[in-house]
Amino acid sequence: MRHYNWLNPWFICVVICCVILASPIVLVFSSLAFPQLDVWQHLYQTVLSDYVTNSLLLAFGVGALVILIGAPLAWFIARYDFYARRQIKWLVLLPMAMPAYILAYSYTGLLDFAGPVQGALRTTFDWQYGDYYFPEIRSLSGAILMLSLVLYPYVYMLAKTAFSDLPANLEEVSKSLGVTANQFITKVVFPLARPAILMGAALAMMEAFADYGTVQYFGISTFTTGIFRTWFGLGNGIAAAQLAAMLTSFVVLLLVLEYFSRRKVKYYLQGQKSKAFNRQVLHGYKSVVMAILCVLPVIFGFLIPVLQLVGWAIDSFTKQFDQAFIQLIWNSFYLAAITAICAVILALFFAYAKRLNRSKVIHLIVSFVGLGYALPGTVIAIGALVILSWLDIQINGITEAWFEQSVGLILSGTLFALVLVYCIRFLAVAMHNVDSGIARIKPSLDDAAKSLGHSSFSILKNIHVPLLTSSVCSSLLLVFVDVMKELPATLILRPFNFNTLAVKTFELASDERLMEAALPALAIVIVGIIPVIFLTRMTEQRSPQRTSKNKGKYVTS
Amino acid sequence: MKNILSIVALVGTFVSPLVMAEQVNLYSARKEALIKPLLDQFTQQTGISVNLVTGKADNLITRLKSEGKYSPADLLLTTDVGRLYRAKQQGLTQAISTSSVSQTVPANFQDEESHWIGLSLRARPIMVSKDRVAANAVTSLEDLTDPSWKGRICIRSSSNIYNQSMVASLIAQLGEEQAQAWVDGFVKNFARPPQGGDRDQIKAVAAGQCDLAIANTYYLAGMLSSDDKTQQAQAKQVKVVWPNQQDRGAHVNISGVAMAKNAPNKDAARKLVDFLLSSESQVWYANTNHEYPVLPNVKWSDLLTSFGQYKAEQVPLSQLGELNASAVRIMDRAGWK
Repeated sequence: MRHYNWLNPWFICVVICCVILASPIVLVFSSLAFPQLDVWQHLYQTVLSDYVTNSLLLAFGVGALVILIGAPLAWFIARYDFYARRQIKWLVLLPMAMPAYILAYSYTGLLDFAGPVQGALRTTFDWQYGDYYFPEIRSLSGAILMLSLVLYPYVYMLAKTAFSDLPANLEEVSKSLGVTANQFITKVVFPLARPAILMGAALAMMEAFADYGTVQYFGISTFTTGIFRTWFGLGNGIAAAQLAAMLTSFVVLLLVLEYFSRRKVKYYLQGQKSKAFNRQVLHGYKSVVMAILCVLPVIFGFLIPVLQLVGWAIDSFTKQFDQAFIQLIWNSFYLAAITAICAVILALFFAYAKRLNRSKVIHLIVSFVGLGYALPGTVIAIGALVILSWLDIQINGITEAWFEQSVGLILSGTLFALVLVYCIRFLAVAMHNVDSGIARIKPSLDDAAKSLGHSSFSILKNIHVPLLTSSVCSSLLLVFVDVMKELPATLILRPFNFNTLAVKTFELASDERLMEAALPALAIVIVGIIPVIFLTRMTEQRSPQRTSKNKGKYVTS
Repeated sequence: MKNILSIVALVGTFVSPLVMAEQVNLYSARKEALIKPLLDQFTQQTGISVNLVTGKADNLITRLKSEGKYSPADLLLTTDVGRLYRAKQQGLTQAISTSSVSQTVPANFQDEESHWIGLSLRARPIMVSKDRVAANAVTSLEDLTDPSWKGRICIRSSSNIYNQSMVASLIAQLGEEQAQAWVDGFVKNFARPPQGGDRDQIKAVAAGQCDLAIANTYYLAGMLSSDDKTQQAQAKQVKVVWPNQQDRGAHVNISGVAMAKNAPNKDAARKLVDFLLSSESQVWYANTNHEYPVLPNVKWSDLLTSFGQYKAEQVPLSQLGELNASAVRIMDRAGWK
């Protein structure tokens, strides 16, 4: 390892950013210093085992299911040509715009005992309650299904990039070495794409750990519902923070596992000429069957719930769609856009700092900031609220002393607080994408540029940014969509007279007025689709260039 | 430096409207749709504008607490008494210094030191299937622990504050031991693991998954007056039974309002409280949200009248807040999810 300069401006900047971003998370962990034996004894005797098992089952169930849906889907779309492939390629991203809790509401409306499907079954066959078996949607497996249907695009996007980047000669070489088609997938492709697939699954699992809306609606006791129950029901905020810290340590474990699985495989893309690989063209019924297979996740994760929402929204459309509603759409949109840009800039900055200084310390603190993704929004929001209010009080104290005028709550009472919390919460999404993009640029490229006299900034601008465009775009998209859907932190930190679509949807839905909640829910989905389309357009324009220019060279260590 | 300060001040005033004409800042746990029309009416009548943040009560309390003496909030509005108690307990409130109107609110529906005051009543009776439950099959909550109800009862999760308050009020009236015994027996009779909200329990009774549910009346009323024909039909299959009418009465909670300790607009806030207690607002609550008015002389809507008169519990409501944590522990022990 080369000599390391602790006064390096990069290092100082990174540390300052990390301290700001990590402070709410640190606050959560600081609770561990105040043991709450009585409450923990009660939890241990009664509900703790439920929290642990349900949270783990939920997260690992989601992890497995998103791989099962996302990875084959990515393989089909990356390697085959079939009916309507070009459209399906972006259609499969649509479920991402759907908040899991809205999916849960609409499927419950549809499949619940009192809902139309079971009602029709009962009238058709003249059944009563107990005469027949019907899977209970409001269950742990129901929640796994709901979350997986909206989270599989994480795996799909990352895996598809990995599959598309496989060089054409890889298959030829494998064949010449006597590798069969099945072996090619299990022995060659999967090991190479595994880091991408597992990274997608890890993101989905973190989201599953932090989910509150779905599990709360389905009545499943997990860590997140337990945190609120302990905090508000038992009135013990410290024990609640300790539960949150315990949840976070699960995620740390998960990330360590992911890190080790990735460490074995390192591969880089090189900017050399290569021939484009050819997708295998399917004909006849095979082509149609493949199209149907690939569309299935979209039907269940998007089409059915959207139709249900449209059905509900039609009745209330004229009553609800007015000036105030347009304002809601605009609020959601610009908040999401600002946050997406901030988060991606931060992610690029961190990723780049990590690349420049290969010091363990930087890696460690940057990873710590990424933990925000697994914490429930409420926990981070309260942490940020406590810290920002404290700062506000200090600022007002100073301005009052110096200028005899107080400035009000300029940090905690404004949109600044919201954007900060969103960044903490969703930075991991941006970082994972940017990291995996940057990791594939061969370090020798940097060294070569440096030897030609380029500065660090010039390397970033002229070499990395152009090569990173697609990772940056998918980061922007993912953060944007996540913020559009974000609820708990928005609810706590928004200023006076300021609402978003997610808040509106929640208020109506939690009041059990699902019909009226349908219109804002639909608007979230529609606004969320815009960047999905934008992104697909962009990658489509770039992709012919990329496949013809780039050649992958794989180094396994 | 002065320039910077004026920019900061400008931003501050732009986002947190503190220096405008007369106004009230309201932290409300009541959803926007259920309070905004009333606030607009207030603004029209008085010219005082109302700034609103809605959210979950506990989060609003946390926000109030961390904002400290610079908090812009004047009033905290919640939909259950437990949270009002909690806010007072944490030293976040002050006396409203009531006018004549609030003196007509019954004593057990306001704080002794008038830090908070009830605005509407929310009753939580038993609801039974009209077809499958005989007229006098159930008359008290105690009946529901009888094994004859095994597999017939639907209720939502114990994480919900309405259930926590209900059990807290049982503790207050019966003592912890008996309350535990009641919850234990009650949970054994559940038809399914608790899930969904109050409306879902009513729907489950209508569909035949259970014969009896416990839910707040305004949900039933909301279904009966809904535009959705299915919901109406479902609600019509269900009948309200007021429990314990011979002894302690049916469980009621309040929605209410507290004055924030550092309220910057105290006078305007007091005017708003008076307005929310005026008989026209009380009628609006009953007609729009189907909650019972807190003032005894206000006329009920037809829908509320159709559920029948009832005798309410006389527990001092602040006790419900005090006993909330014990209630949660009891429900945890009984395995009420």
